[in-house]
Amino acid sequence: MAQVILDRLKTNFNAGEILETGNAHGDEWARVDPAAWTAVATFLRDDAETALDMFVDLTCVDRGDRKPRFDVVLHLRSVAKKHRVRLYAGVEEASPEIASLVPLWPGANWFEREAFDMFGVRFANHPDLRRILMYPEFVGYPLRKDYPKEKRQPLVRRLPGSV
Amino acid sequence: MPLTFYNSKIADAINWARKFSLFQYPFVTACCGMEFMATWGPKYDIARFGAEFPRFSPRQSDLMIVVGTVTERQAPVLRRIYDQMCEPKWVIAFGVCASTGGFYQNYSVMPGADQIIPVDVYVPGCPPRPEQALDALMLIQDRIQKGEGHSQVVLMKEKGYDVPLAAIRPSQRKGGGI
Repeated sequence: MAQVILDRLKTNFNAGEILETGNAHGDEWARVDPAAWTAVATFLRDDAETALDMFVDLTCVDRGDRKPRFDVVLHLRSVAKKHRVRLYAGVEEASPEIASLVPLWPGANWFEREAFDMFGVRFANHPDLRRILMYPEFVGYPLRKDYPKEKRQPLVRRLPGSV
Repeated sequence: MPLTFYNSKIADAINWARKFSLFQYPFVTACCGMEFMATWGPKYDIARFGAEFPRFSPRQSDLMIVVGTVTERQAPVLRRIYDQMCEPKWVIAFGVCASTGGFYQNYSVMPGADQIIPVDVYVPGCPPRPEQALDALMLIQDRIQKGEGHSQVVLMKEKGYDVPLAAIRPSQRKGGGI
């Protein structure tokens, strides 16, 4: 489908920034060194052959025991070329931080806030990194695999015996 | 004629007036609202029961209908709106999410509106059919006529009136009920 994207990445980043590439069910993906996250995204957006100008989705995956524990997942699409790609960047549990893509695509703002809210991944230089779905009083990150399924953090409850 | 006779008849008349002039506050948060709106339409026509007019101000309404999922984040809002309603007031939990949390068993959803406000009638279903909304309204009307509503019972206790035996839960009745 879009092998040209992976080829362009490999020719332009050959200092170890591209850790792994592959093809899943006809869709290309690449695993990127988190240190080169912004550089790779900027290149893919501005390069004439890839022209991935449209930010589609950004989310996070908790891989459990794997090192690094979290994967930040980015989906990009080219309106002109009609192709797309998926990028992964591993984030360590000890310091879950990666560069923000809001300077490149303003639409990434709320997606990164959601990933922060649900998984606790911090996005450096994000203009407004607050919780977006849960309330500010919420403690912890509910979509992490080690968050207890039954755990509630109520804001209000009826007192026993009250009407 | 003893005075109590007239008192009870006046209460009956007031309750009769109350039950046919319910002003509802629809607290609609989720997909149940679509089914609930059908009760206002001509086919089901909730106006037949004198409850056709939704007031989107809690200060002017006396029947709160919690329609849809209540999240933990939304719970203080629901409680505050309920507190703003004037006594006496009644609550219907419309749908399983409002009644018990439904199939959401997770960090974000409150397991039922009755965790924070007293609910008079629970309506099961995902979503319930409009007929069930009408049935719930008729159950509420029965409770109002008998003086069994949560807030009615509280008001009567506060004013020192005798609470009707039917309004007290069987487990709390002396001598094991009627």
